[in-house]
Amino acid sequence: MLDVYKIRKDFPILGKKVNNTDLIYFDNAATSQTPNQVIDAISNYYKENNSNIHRGLHSLSADATNKYENSRSIIKNHFGAAHEHEIIFTSGTTHGINIISSGLEKSISSKDELIVSEMEHHSNIVPWQMLCEKTGSKLKVIPINDDGTLDMEEYISLLTPKVKFVFINHVSNTLGIVNPLKEIIDLAHKNGSKVLVDGAQGAAHFKINLQELDADYYVASAHKLCGPTGVGFLYGKSELLNSLPPYQGGGEMISNVTFNKTEYADLPHKFEAGTPNISGVIGFGAAIDYMNSIGFNNIEVYEKELLDYATENLKKIDNIKIYGDINNKISVISFNIGNHHPSDIGSILDQYGIAVRTGQHCTQPIMDHFNIPGTVRASFSFYNTKSEIDLFIDAVKKASKMLG
Amino acid sequence: MQTIQEIQNQIIDEFNFFEDWSEKYQYLIDLGKNLPEFDKKSRIDSNLIKGCQSKVWLNSSFKNDIVIFEADSDAIISKGIISLLIRVFSGQDPEDILAAKIDFIEKIGLNTHLSQTRANGLLAMIKQIKIYALAYQSKK
Repeated sequence: MLDVYKIRKDFPILGKKVNNTDLIYFDNAATSQTPNQVIDAISNYYKENNSNIHRGLHSLSADATNKYENSRSIIKNHFGAAHEHEIIFTSGTTHGINIISSGLEKSISSKDELIVSEMEHHSNIVPWQMLCEKTGSKLKVIPINDDGTLDMEEYISLLTPKVKFVFINHVSNTLGIVNPLKEIIDLAHKNGSKVLVDGAQGAAHFKINLQELDADYYVASAHKLCGPTGVGFLYGKSELLNSLPPYQGGGEMISNVTFNKTEYADLPHKFEAGTPNISGVIGFGAAIDYMNSIGFNNIEVYEKELLDYATENLKKIDNIKIYGDINNKISVISFNIGNHHPSDIGSILDQYGIAVRTGQHCTQPIMDHFNIPGTVRASFSFYNTKSEIDLFIDAVKKASKMLG
Repeated sequence: MQTIQEIQNQIIDEFNFFEDWSEKYQYLIDLGKNLPEFDKKSRIDSNLIKGCQSKVWLNSSFKNDIVIFEADSDAIISKGIISLLIRVFSGQDPEDILAAKIDFIEKIGLNTHLSQTRANGLLAMIKQIKIYALAYQSKK
């Protein structure tokens, strides 16, 4: 059982006032809040260990390196990777995707096909469109059904021998729908295709085991998991990462440099050119430790309770339409009320100190599918409460009444 | 014809009556509802103002040396805000539009109630109004 009021004390920002009222933060799918345990880890790094990693012989550098590499080990263990060198630190999910898309430029040809889905975030669409432009390969799209789920029959029929890669999100950032990842990956592998999973929304809400999933690549960001912004990781199976060319050249990623020939370093350093976001990586490790101290099972159960409570009460509001209202989803609700523009609802909610997201959520194809300008998206985290949801429901009703 | 400054002062006086943000918002919503909708012909991409989360279309014409503005939006609060801008700028001389200092938004306290996204949208609207005025000035 999770004690939400005790947990809330870990998050200084949750005590903040916005527009003279208590902040209610329901934009967790965009960025989760940061507990003291993470803030302290970052702050202590600068107070105690700040120095460059991997290169220095002195004690400070050794301490910083240990802390940095300890985060790699925390993340490897938490996500169930086979080896620490399969975890590459990045600036976030988008960076991870771009390492792979640029790495595939030489190995993908005009005869190949790539698959994305209609529910992808733009960051899991645009890099592949760019790859197709460069290589002449073809991008195919798994459509979604009207309930927001993937059209799996269509997916199966798109899986032709020409398909080299499938790029799919674990969880839709807009709808919260959890995709049948294991099935998607198994079908792709039977077809001889590799799979990259955009885990930006999945990683924060339940425990994941990458080896069980058998994902070829998995990318995620720390700031969705109570960690700092500007840091994330790319997981890849060793043999795949070894076969990719480096993304950026620079220090750290080499083993030998001469003007005749430079040899690249082994994994993971091959993909970590330059001085990394050391404090961010240390904060990321602290965030995973923090979430594990609460327990992902507890988080999953409690967030489901919040989701069901909010969904049930929102549905009582006249003319509400919830998109992707299925059972298998994380604590995200995307909705509209009548013909009111989502930005109108969002602006009024902000006056009540309630932070939600409005707009297209970087998923224009989903909006086009439903023929809407956007949605209001409320996303809950394990530190939110039912009484916050009551205030939110009340404010949505008031907004709807004001807009007439 | 009232000057741009006189109209701004009038709007500031009107907003002084309101006691809290919800009355201001309600007024903007009512203004938005009263602003006539564009016909489909004018809701075209070339009239769209870039930089707004909601869609805002701005149309202008030039007759007898004055600029006439019409605007529309798919969001009602945006529409209320642009209806204030139209009240201030439409029917004015291009030189006056270009020289105008817009202070009513700050004085009615709207800026503190606008998110950064919306404030940027508002700046984009004023910029587009001035671009039209500049184009008509050269036609005079």
